[in-house]
Amino acid sequence: MLSYAAEVGKDEGFNPPDAGDFNLPPFIEGNEFATKPILLVFLSVLLISIFFILASRKAALVPSKLQFAGESVYSFVRNDLGREVIGHEFMRFVPYLFTLFTFILVNNLFGIIPMIQFPTMSRISFPYVLAAFTFFIFHYVGIRKQGFLKYMKEIMFLPGIPKPAYILITPLELATYFLVRPMTLSLRLFANMFAGHLLLLVFILGGEHLLQGVIGLKLISPFAFAIGIALTFFEFMVQCLQAYIFTLLTALYIAGALADEH
Amino acid sequence: MEGTLNLVGFGLAAIGPGIATGLIFAAYINGVARQPEARSVLQPIAFLGFALAEALALFGLVLAFVL
Repeated sequence: MLSYAAEVGKDEGFNPPDAGDFNLPPFIEGNEFATKPILLVFLSVLLISIFFILASRKAALVPSKLQFAGESVYSFVRNDLGREVIGHEFMRFVPYLFTLFTFILVNNLFGIIPMIQFPTMSRISFPYVLAAFTFFIFHYVGIRKQGFLKYMKEIMFLPGIPKPAYILITPLELATYFLVRPMTLSLRLFANMFAGHLLLLVFILGGEHLLQGVIGLKLISPFAFAIGIALTFFEFMVQCLQAYIFTLLTALYIAGALADEH
Repeated sequence: MEGTLNLVGFGLAAIGPGIATGLIFAAYINGVARQPEARSVLQPIAFLGFALAEALALFGLVLAFVL
């Protein structure tokens, strides 16, 4: 379908969506901060706050539907991500994990909510900030728990390895902890949202463009729209999964920093 | 037709993570089929492995746009 659209583009002037489509201009002239992603971040904080304040305001033994919805999200993060992964000290980290999960989830879901339809996390700066939080928290927790030197020693010198192998292993371990972990954490979220949004753009804009062509192309355009709709549901799954994976990896890193095997 | 060789390269690079993701979920399904009560233990591991394998494909995508 993409090659078809590209071939049509030769005579009709169809521009396939690219990375430039993510650079939305500010809607207040000259104010660089008044862009759609920034607005969406504030909107997401507002929505999450209102939802959970309403859900927890009239807490009762027999929960209302709203209270049940709020509590199932909370208990999912606390039990499946906190208790299962981190272990007995998990309650200290549940507020962070819960904030992270709901924030990423709502911002991802903006990608498929009609009229909004822009995943905030497809701008790389937002995942960078979230990954930086996780990076500093898990290192802080590890250093606080074991002391700086012991923590570094545990990272750099894995036990039970012949001494010459440290020449190879130590740089790799250092790179893993200080470079690869924050990079992969942010890039994974960013690339998923970026690719998903691009995919939807290709099929929806392509379908719209086919609709303006000759009669034969008009007949094909419903198929492009149908694939676009199917991909929207696929995106819903990916968006939930990415929020889950980001929080799961954060919990795993914290658990790794807390673990004292020696 | 326009485009760069980057996209062909990305297509080739996506083969590896594709196979990897298939293997991970095959192992997960096998595990759950043999021992259904192990599901809750296996699920985070399966999704973790999936995320790690998939990250490679997505780095390829990012590089296809950047380079």
